[in-house]
Amino acid sequence: MTKFTFTEKKDTRSGFGDGLYELGKSNSNVVGLCADLIGSLKMGAFQKEFPDRFFQVGIAEANMMGIAAGLATAGKIPFTGTFANFSTGRVYDQLRQSIAYSEKNVKVCASHAGLTLGEDGATHQMLEDIGMTKMLPNFTVVVPCDYNQTKAATIAIADHVGPVYLRFGRPKWPIFTNDEPFVIGKAQHLIEGTDVTIFATGHMVWKAIEAEARLADEGISAEVINLHTIKPLDNDAILRSVSKTGCVVTAEEHQVHGGMGESVAQVLVRNHPVPQEFVAVNDEFGESGKPEELLDKYGLGTQDIVNAAKKSIQRKG
Amino acid sequence: MSDLSKLNNLATQIRRDIVRMVHGVQSGHPGGSLGCTDYLVALYFNVMKYSNPFKMTGKGEDMFFLSNGHISPGWYATLARAGFFELNELSTFREINTRLQGHPATEENLPGVRVASGSLGQGLSVACGAALAKKIDGDPHHVFVLMGDGEQEEGQVWEAAMFAAHHKIDNLIATIDYNGQQIDGPVDEVMSLGDLAGKYESFGWDVLSCNGNNIQEIIDKLNIAKDRSGQGKPIVICMKTEMGKGVDFMEGSHKWHGIPPSDEDLENALNQLEETIGDY
Repeated sequence: MTKFTFTEKKDTRSGFGDGLYELGKSNSNVVGLCADLIGSLKMGAFQKEFPDRFFQVGIAEANMMGIAAGLATAGKIPFTGTFANFSTGRVYDQLRQSIAYSEKNVKVCASHAGLTLGEDGATHQMLEDIGMTKMLPNFTVVVPCDYNQTKAATIAIADHVGPVYLRFGRPKWPIFTNDEPFVIGKAQHLIEGTDVTIFATGHMVWKAIEAEARLADEGISAEVINLHTIKPLDNDAILRSVSKTGCVVTAEEHQVHGGMGESVAQVLVRNHPVPQEFVAVNDEFGESGKPEELLDKYGLGTQDIVNAAKKSIQRKG
Repeated sequence: MSDLSKLNNLATQIRRDIVRMVHGVQSGHPGGSLGCTDYLVALYFNVMKYSNPFKMTGKGEDMFFLSNGHISPGWYATLARAGFFELNELSTFREINTRLQGHPATEENLPGVRVASGSLGQGLSVACGAALAKKIDGDPHHVFVLMGDGEQEEGQVWEAAMFAAHHKIDNLIATIDYNGQQIDGPVDEVMSLGDLAGKYESFGWDVLSCNGNNIQEIIDKLNIAKDRSGQGKPIVICMKTEMGKGVDFMEGSHKWHGIPPSDEDLENALNQLEETIGDY
């Protein structure tokens, strides 16, 4: 049995859409921009209720990022919405010069990230976006784990002054967190354990919870921590946990190069070196398929986390 | 002295500033800066309404964005002469720890700069965003943006051109520095722009043309542009300039796009540019 249960599955992108709608009501400076994906990004409610603060940009993402920078310059809080690949790789120079270097208060909101996009295949399965955005000075990178947390994070990032990359996804996914306020940069301690720490982010947090239950059945005590903020990373939470467990697994729907695991490894190497295993996509592109099939094929299934945890524990010697 | 004579003297002084700045650090872009000096003088000393001290949001005032950021020497000298910061700071251009970065930046809080530019093609989009914010706020002021002609080769410019017309951003006045030169040679040889005015017209813009090295004409055209704002169309001025204007050996050649003058070149240039209101 998992320590967390769920009664409902919902897509994290709906959390974004609902959060944005709430923000529209509470903050008149919030402006919405979308590049021909209003339905996919669930931005319809905001558009309908606040037409004077919503702009359809068409299929022109570079332009959208520049417009957002201009709106932010004038004191608005623009939220851009498109898929993760069009939010990062497609517009990297605009993120870099017009937003990050120019210190603009733009919220880059990216859906359909990772393998769980599914059938559309590798062109749209963005697996490099955490790396690209965390490398940019001034950017905060947030990857919530379920509908509730995505909604809360959407609301929270409006109060943070500075560029934010908010990453979420397409599939319906278990809702297991409460409707609690989101604190940027503060890791979420989900399950206490003593043998190994599993740091997970995004959809992989639920997989980590499932893995913990399987490990417990085998008498292994795993700690599960949700690193919903990749940058700034909660170094204290990482080191506190690792000083207890002595080994680590990181789990993310992202390339192993440049991902959250790499950020965790940097903290460990500098402060408290311990064995670490990486559950991530291993330097390859995805393909068409169903989300669960893809996670399994690319080594991101529940059992992959279980195996990685055992290996990490073994390496403690 | 007539107002126009004063503006022309100011432009000559700013051209001296540009040549001295680029010579001082042996780095920078004199050609486009000299070509656009008259436009910047017309904008900052006649047409545009702005506050000093500088206000980042530009609420309740006109705003300017420089998209072709490499002409920073001309912009910095204009900003200093307009009182945004001390004249002496021009001597720090491109030096370590300066606020006068090679290409404009906000990180050092240089008054007058609202967004970083240098990687071309992004300024029109940013200006569209600022103009939209004015519309949301009911602020009747204008947003001005200057782009290069070579910069028109960037796809993002046309994304923004389409957007501005579609969303009727009629408080936006763009200007293109049409000097016909880019780094690798004449624009017509590198990547011809064809009928640039016709292209903007077909995108739904109100298009004006202008001699960009005649201050009175620039003022008149910018005022015409302001008069024609608010009518549902964004406005663009195709402004013919001469790269290197005011320094005969730099005029009309792409070779001076990004090359600093030698000591001898400097002396030659300064002999052609009278010190009118005092060097920094």
